[in-house]
Amino acid sequence: MIGTGRVWKLGDHVDTDAILPAKHLTTADPKVLATHCLEDTLPHFAAAVAVGDLLVAGENFGCGSSREHAPIALQAAGVSCVVAASFARIFYRNAINIGLAVLVCPAAARRAETGHTLEVDLASGTVANRTLGERYASEPYPPFLVELIAAGGLVPFTRQRLASSGFGGRRAAPNSPGRTEP
Amino acid sequence: MSQTLAEKLLGSHALVDGRPTAAEAGRSVRAGAILEVSVDRVLANDVTAPVAIREFAKLGVDSVFDREAVVLVADHFTPNKDIASAEQCATVRRFAAEQGLPHFYDVGRNGIEHVLLPELGLVSPGSVVVGADSHACTYGALGAFATGVGSTDVAVAMATGAAWMRVPESLRVEFEGRPARWVGGKDLVLFLIGRIGVDGARYQAIEFAGPAIDALPMSARFTMANMAIEAGAKVGLFAVDDVTAAYLAATGSCAKPAALRPDPNATYVERWTIDASALEPQIALPHSPGNVLPVRAAGHIPIDQVVIGSCTNGRLDDLRTAAEILRGRRVDAHVRCIVLPGSQRVMLEATREGLVEVFLEAGAAIGPPTCGPCLGGHMGVLASGERAVSTTNRNFRGRMGDPRSEVYLAGPAVAAASAVAGCIVSPEEVAA
Ligand code: SF4
Repeated sequence: MIGTGRVWKLGDHVDTDAILPAKHLTTADPKVLATHCLEDTLPHFAAAVAVGDLLVAGENFGCGSSREHAPIALQAAGVSCVVAASFARIFYRNAINIGLAVLVCPAAARRAETGHTLEVDLASGTVANRTLGERYASEPYPPFLVELIAAGGLVPFTRQRLASSGFGGRRAAPNSPGRTEP
Repeated sequence: MSQTLAEKLLGSHALVDGRPTAAEAGRSVRAGAILEVSVDRVLANDVTAPVAIREFAKLGVDSVFDREAVVLVADHFTPNKDIASAEQCATVRRFAAEQGLPHFYDVGRNGIEHVLLPELGLVSPGSVVVGADSHACTYGALGAFATGVGSTDVAVAMATGAAWMRVPESLRVEFEGRPARWVGGKDLVLFLIGRIGVDGARYQAIEFAGPAIDALPMSARFTMANMAIEAGAKVGLFAVDDVTAAYLAATGSCAKPAALRPDPNATYVERWTIDASALEPQIALPHSPGNVLPVRAAGHIPIDQVVIGSCTNGRLDDLRTAAEILRGRRVDAHVRCIVLPGSQRVMLEATREGLVEVFLEAGAAIGPPTCGPCLGGHMGVLASGERAVSTTNRNFRGRMGDPRSEVYLAGPAVAAASAVAGCIVSPEEVAA
């Protein structure tokens, strides 16, 4: 996938309460969540973000809670990719699991500013800043994640595997009383 | 080959095509590997389960892999704070009934998940637990590889009994010496986060050890493992010892504690040694759990509210500590002090011991076990400009209410003393 979009720049340690405040966790509706994303950090973001825009952040993006509502809100708002110097681990895996592109690229993160145009090539892991005329290589994904991303996320990936033979050995027989503790 | 605790725990659960691998293969697992592992428990709550249930429905299976393994707890916005949260709980309740899940915990039988699961004997040493809640890392205190994941991970784990994991590098932290009076697990872990930073253990396992840790009760170990995520860690692990075994026996857990210890020559990315005897009570200033100072250095900052509870400090020992300070004293007239026991059982024991009476006589409010104010949910939301001292684990901007409010994180002793003083104080300024 190659995507080009406008940059929204954020700092270090943007936490999940900043991405999606807990008071909105009484719904799981992506459309509603999208209207609240980053509301206390960038109050005009939800209204102004365009489909395909990118978030660029510093260190430890997405630290804090495990709420998948945070990446869901960004994805539903139209964000195509988050490029950061580093990610907090739960946010990172959640984003990959739901099919939101995330790239670790400290150089791109350092140089980009709000309003720049960035081009991201997920397959090669290259990030190009069109505004500055610079290119950077992001950290490559391990092979397992490449497979997961190619499948479109963890749900389609697992569906495929469950449908094929050879997986599901841990499923108890239907209506069995269940496994007991090892 | 020498392995860290994290390498041992994940290695022993490695799967190939959904089937266990040979024990020798597990013994060769090293940090950095990406594995599929079997999971022994899968957890979600009233906020994360509805999303997990939605994703589960897309997987094309009609039942969970093992009904005994799935645990669902209604704790975040319970007792239901509004219609929307009531609908979420109803979704979880329906799913639990449809799937015939024995471990669904609703109001009146519940607690905050991370207080509840160990108390019910649902976490065994040596097991792997995934929870759609970042503080699932609490169970590392029992020597389980327990980590927070998202709802989609939980959906897949409910369906398959498996999860993908990158085996984390480990950070070894040894606490030496004997902590002073009023210095507890919260102070030790806050001090550590202050030193290494909120991403100091990002993507790593923290192994807690040392003579000060050996002497800590389980309640303090849970507090410390709970806050490993506040340093970015995947899990905060404690080796199993006599304290663990005694706790398991008391909870009636049927699990025989596996003698899990890291190998002597295991590889660590970093080692820290901290002298616990030199520490004073600590506090994290707004708006980061890494913004840590000794309480005395914070100054006498006036406060509006104190919250004592949460998955970090809502256990019986925490309430005992707070009661020691509040007994015979009064909460300052300008402070609302809210005590939320971490579970139904903690509430019952606190009542039997007379702690509830102490809190009520001191002018504190007592509420049911719930996350409530910890995430700005209900029962103690802050107005703009208000300040709270809280025994919870996060003080991000807006965490307990208005984005212009402030949260100071501390242990129960500092929280109770500050409630009495009306401003941030160290416990010895109030109680001898
Ligand atoms: S008490 Fe707070 S941190 Fe703990 S599970 Fe509840 S919301 Fe999360």
